[in-house]
Amino acid sequence: MSVESIKETAQYITFKLGDELFAINVGQVREVLDLSLITKVPTAPSYMRGVVNVRGSAIPVVDLRLKFGLPRVKDSVQTRIIVLELELDGEGLVLGGLADSVHEVIELEPGQINEPPRIGMRWKTELIQGMGKRGEQFIIILDIAKVFSMDDLIKLEATQQSSVENNKPELAPAS
Amino acid sequence: MSNSNQFAATFLQEAGEQLALIEEIILDVEQNPQDDESINRLFRVFHTIKGSGAMFGFDQVAGFTHHIENVLDKVRNHLVPISKELVNVILASKDQISRMLWGSDGRDVAQEDFRPQLIARLNALLPQGNASSQPVTATAAPEQAAPTAASAAPAAYRILFSPEPGILARGLDPASLIADLRALGPCVIVAKTDAVPPLDQLKPDQCALSWEVTLTSDCGMDAIRDVFIFVQDDSKIVVEALPPHEDSVGTSSAVAPVKASPDQIPAASTPSFSVVKGGKASPASGKSSAVHKNSSTDGSVRVPSERLDRLVNLLGELVINQSRLAQVASRLDTPELSAPTEDLERLVSEFRDIVLGIRMMPIGTTFSRFKRLVHDLSDELGKEIDLITEGAETELDKTVIDQLGDPLVHLIRNSIDHGISKPEERIEKGKPRHGTIRLSASHEGAHVAIRIEDDGKGIDKEAVRAKAIEKKLISPDAVLSDRELFNLIFLPGFSTAKAVTSVSGRGVGMDVVKRQIDALRGSVEVSSAPGQGTSITLTLPLTLAIIDGLLVEVNREQFIIPMAMVTENVELAANQRAGRNGRNLLVVRGEQIPYLRLREIFSITGSEQDVERVVIVNYCGNRVGLVVDRVLGSHQTVIQSLGRLYQTIEVASGATIMGDGRVALILDVPGLVHYTDTARLAA
Repeated sequence: MSVESIKETAQYITFKLGDELFAINVGQVREVLDLSLITKVPTAPSYMRGVVNVRGSAIPVVDLRLKFGLPRVKDSVQTRIIVLELELDGEGLVLGGLADSVHEVIELEPGQINEPPRIGMRWKTELIQGMGKRGEQFIIILDIAKVFSMDDLIKLEATQQSSVENNKPELAPAS
Repeated sequence: MSNSNQFAATFLQEAGEQLALIEEIILDVEQNPQDDESINRLFRVFHTIKGSGAMFGFDQVAGFTHHIENVLDKVRNHLVPISKELVNVILASKDQISRMLWGSDGRDVAQEDFRPQLIARLNALLPQGNASSQPVTATAAPEQAAPTAASAAPAAYRILFSPEPGILARGLDPASLIADLRALGPCVIVAKTDAVPPLDQLKPDQCALSWEVTLTSDCGMDAIRDVFIFVQDDSKIVVEALPPHEDSVGTSSAVAPVKASPDQIPAASTPSFSVVKGGKASPASGKSSAVHKNSSTDGSVRVPSERLDRLVNLLGELVINQSRLAQVASRLDTPELSAPTEDLERLVSEFRDIVLGIRMMPIGTTFSRFKRLVHDLSDELGKEIDLITEGAETELDKTVIDQLGDPLVHLIRNSIDHGISKPEERIEKGKPRHGTIRLSASHEGAHVAIRIEDDGKGIDKEAVRAKAIEKKLISPDAVLSDRELFNLIFLPGFSTAKAVTSVSGRGVGMDVVKRQIDALRGSVEVSSAPGQGTSITLTLPLTLAIIDGLLVEVNREQFIIPMAMVTENVELAANQRAGRNGRNLLVVRGEQIPYLRLREIFSITGSEQDVERVVIVNYCGNRVGLVVDRVLGSHQTVIQSLGRLYQTIEVASGATIMGDGRVALILDVPGLVHYTDTARLAA
């Protein structure tokens, strides 16, 4: 899905990972939850944070920061679980995405959304549907289903460049 | 859906069951040709298909079935011997009927129509001189059917038919039954209207009429009774033979011997009988009607399986909420709350057993289709194989049974194709001509073990090894135990068959089997001795929904160990650990048991206990200890899948929601052992 696929005015939910502002179409979001106790699944990759009880169902939680190759930070009172309902290969998949903070629901018209720049991006452009703009702030509109379906689900989707770039600063806040 | 569609759908459903029954019976007959009762049952089943088929407008099916019935009639009167050809033609006819009822999956129906050939084969079985006089169709053209069927002298019968008032609502038309009677011979029909209520009380959907029919026919008592085969349970039907040359209707005590006609079941020589609702049928009809009566008579109910699935889901939520409540009650510790909570716990546990019990089905339902498979395949491959089934009554969750069919087909095909040799080869090896495949099921704790054993040539270990090296699955100098070697055959793309046959050898079989069994949380074990045979054991959980678990804790993280695997738990003091010299071995009553520390495998930090607990589990005949901080007790565990994001996780088979809302993982013991083994090898 690229920017051409956005033809109608739609609502997006915005959230932050680090300094970046991201947006996901509300059609793919079931709810946003406060952080609750996440049960770790041993031997799973680190970006798979574990499973959480959402009204009686065990739902996997993905740490979006780590999935996007950003350094790990401590959970805060702002941390939220965005419960996503996606369709992958014709199968429904419910999962929670861990975001640093969730902001608001905004409406964007197709005209407000541009092609993602081909260079200077930290993530593969196929993950990005487009770039929205709100005031001075750029919003990265994610093709969130693609984030979880590309290659192997377990694999980090960030480009090598960004992971190299981000591996260095990780040492500072962690220690 | 209109009423008649609904009835046709019911007919199709029942016909499906009847056809499955045919397969089962005819294969029994092949093995025990002396069993007259089986032939009678078979005849009844075809007769039911013919009769109900005609009633619901499947005239072609009815017409075709009539030919089979003719042959079977001769068989049960010992005029036609039971032969291989008979068995084959009946099986082929059964397939033909299924094609006619359900079509042939979008293929050209005309091409699939083997009726003329089959009818010719059927007629060829008949004694000479008889074949030519067979009617072409039975119910479709009843006028023709009557006179030629039997040679007994015409006799007079008095038939009283009082349908139950609701007969119309069941989609049955009394007029068509009367018409069927008329087809048997000349009759005098008197409709009785004395039960018809006054006009203002008349209900148009209720049948208040009854009929008295005097019929003169040579068809015999059974043929008359067969007309009423679908209404005899509810309606009042009296059939009496009248003395010869007496047309009077009033002689109710009339008892006259009827000449035995070929249409009669040998045992049914009672000259007069009546079937009244709830009344006792004669012994002969009692036996045979047990086959065709539908499920309503033995007190069972057909329920769509989606409803059962919903019931099980709701049960799961109930169990979770009950354990939440129990947790609150134990914290508050007030007698007013704890008493009803304990009662609730007892009720929920009983309820759980009953609901899960509803989904339990005997595995024999899948076994019967394998008889056909073995029969057809051994024929095709020129082998002589007996299939022996044991433990068909073993019960398993329906969802497990549904998904078990394909893997079992693969395994049995393999046994027939690769395992058992041709009769000549077997005799050379000093074995009996007939190969044997034994398919057995039995309970083993909370698991069901299904074993497929053959007395064939066994797995060629060297061939497996050579193939594995050729496919670069193992290194040429690898030292493998027999078990490891046999497990190689479950790898994708592995097949030792030199030629690809229509049966197996495409190398897609065994890995599919493994995957399907894994998906059911089961396991596969192979053992084989050269020249003596192969045995494959599938171990499957009884149910996929809820299990009893043992709740354990490691540094505030909780895990469930399936209770069925737990044998005991013992203490492990810190000094015992210290003296282990790098070996994780524990001595329990003289036996050395290896143990795994969950704390280490799961990299759980936090303060260690001075005395830890070891939960000893039994898996695939091995005993392994799992070291935890504390054992918290038993827990009714509603299993939830971890989903596809965690599908590569070996150490846990699922998750469950605890009473306090936390999620606990259900440990997969074999996976845990495998994970530790691979991790150790990698290190």
